[in-house]
Amino acid sequence: MSANGWEPVVGLEIHVQLKTRTKMFCRCENVWGEEPNTRTCPVCLAHPGTLPVPNRTAVEWTLKLGVALGCEIAPRALFHRKNYFYPDLPKGYQISQYDVPLASEGRFVVPGPDGDREIGIVRAHLEEDAAKTVHVGGTAGRIHGAEHSLVDFNRGGTPLVEIVTQPDIRSGEEARRFLQLLRQTVVELGISDAEMEKGSLRCDANVSVRKAGEGGFRTKTELKNMNSFKFVADGIAAEVERQVGVYESGGEVVQQTLHFDPARGTIAPLRSKEEAHDYRYFPEPDLVPVEPSAEQVAAARESVGELPGARIRRLEQELDFDLAYGLVTSGRDELFARVPGDRRAVANVLMNQLAAAGTDPAAVNGEELGKLIAARERIPRQAFLDALAASGNGDFRADRYLAEETVSDAAALDPVIDRILAANAEQVEAYRGGKAGLLGFFVGQVMKETQGKADARAVNERLREKLGN
Amino acid sequence: MAITREDVLHVAGLARLEIPEGEMDAVREQLGAILEAVGKVAELDLADVEPTSHPLDLVNSWAEDEPRPSLSQKDALLNAPDPSDGSFRVPAVGG
Repeated sequence: MSANGWEPVVGLEIHVQLKTRTKMFCRCENVWGEEPNTRTCPVCLAHPGTLPVPNRTAVEWTLKLGVALGCEIAPRALFHRKNYFYPDLPKGYQISQYDVPLASEGRFVVPGPDGDREIGIVRAHLEEDAAKTVHVGGTAGRIHGAEHSLVDFNRGGTPLVEIVTQPDIRSGEEARRFLQLLRQTVVELGISDAEMEKGSLRCDANVSVRKAGEGGFRTKTELKNMNSFKFVADGIAAEVERQVGVYESGGEVVQQTLHFDPARGTIAPLRSKEEAHDYRYFPEPDLVPVEPSAEQVAAARESVGELPGARIRRLEQELDFDLAYGLVTSGRDELFARVPGDRRAVANVLMNQLAAAGTDPAAVNGEELGKLIAARERIPRQAFLDALAASGNGDFRADRYLAEETVSDAAALDPVIDRILAANAEQVEAYRGGKAGLLGFFVGQVMKETQGKADARAVNERLREKLGN
Repeated sequence: MAITREDVLHVAGLARLEIPEGEMDAVREQLGAILEAVGKVAELDLADVEPTSHPLDLVNSWAEDEPRPSLSQKDALLNAPDPSDGSFRVPAVGG
């Protein structure tokens, strides 16, 4: 709920690139980051006389995703042509799905700190991605003022699933959570990398506001180009605020497509590809209907395990919402289940130091990591961090690190501390003058000098004493 | 079904076609005649007939997900009138 009784009404349109080996309608390799126009053929360049042949794996993966989204799977689905002219679409139409998509009418549960929200899914349909266009000349990186566009058809024809939600989302924050859970779901299904910065997961939002208790919907705007989870949350929040401002100053919201500028937090209108949105859909005459077999649907159902949202709810019982949410959406909860020890301590190490060490959670031996975490207060900090960094190696054993001792003996620490205080007279004076935050600086220096072997508690104690408080 | 001048301009705009003023009436009449001919179907009672999206009695015509060789960049760009940096260069769009 927003200020002054205004309620945000948000629906998302999400595109997920499937990581099949080949494209949707031809067998060119589906890869990212290659030299431009080195993964094309007469089909994906739309040469006359060529015919599309659907990718069976892409169809089956869409069924999986449909099941995960709680959708009905269509017994018979069709491909349609969506017609518009743009240089990234060489045929003059995109092969997509229209009135009979592969999956529709689903629901996806999004846990939040205040309970579950169930977000309705209108549809999940399969289509082909457009080519990548780079705008050159004019102002760098901006569409407006570009002199030319360079088109790379490597991406053209990549299998793309479009997911449309009901307008059930009530804040930018909730949109972010929906998207993170959806991302984790497709990653676990093994059907997409779903990386927003690479464009393999993209999100547009339809945003309107209404007075609490008001029936029906007011005019919506479409927000595009939000290429990180944070921008999705921030962009929607900014647009909600803008619309509330418009109504409260007596104005009317105009239906338009908007572009969120994350650097400035502002929103500007964007000219749409086809002003009229008159796509003249009709059934693709080059493709026959898709009728998923009972076996294919059963296989899809079997491939979907416990969903991230349900796992968050389960883990929340022993942790708190934020830790449970963090573990699941970062894909660390599988390791969490394998590491014995104090639940909260294990969760914190996994989310903080292990994440910072960049260790692949799947490669970690849970038992060994459990030993290490249990001993973390006792062994030198640096040894603990080194061990975490090495914990993904196949032959990792905690014992070697557990044998290391911290230096807590004042006789060993004092000479080091004296040396550091003498070398940093200015900071010592500032500390005594009231800059208490400098204590951390001195601790850091001691740690550095002792290669992380000093016991942090002992160092703190000795420093305070020597600095005179 | 009468096709208006506005209908012709709308469809022509979507198709990026320019209709010379002198040909407007002829195009309008021809489009009208086509729609009228197709409209004959509406005279039949088709309430229980499934729409035909494809004339063949076939479903699930698909291929396995196995890569085949692509064109070289040079061959891919053979038809490009103004290639640049290994890409198809086109006039600025979207601005």
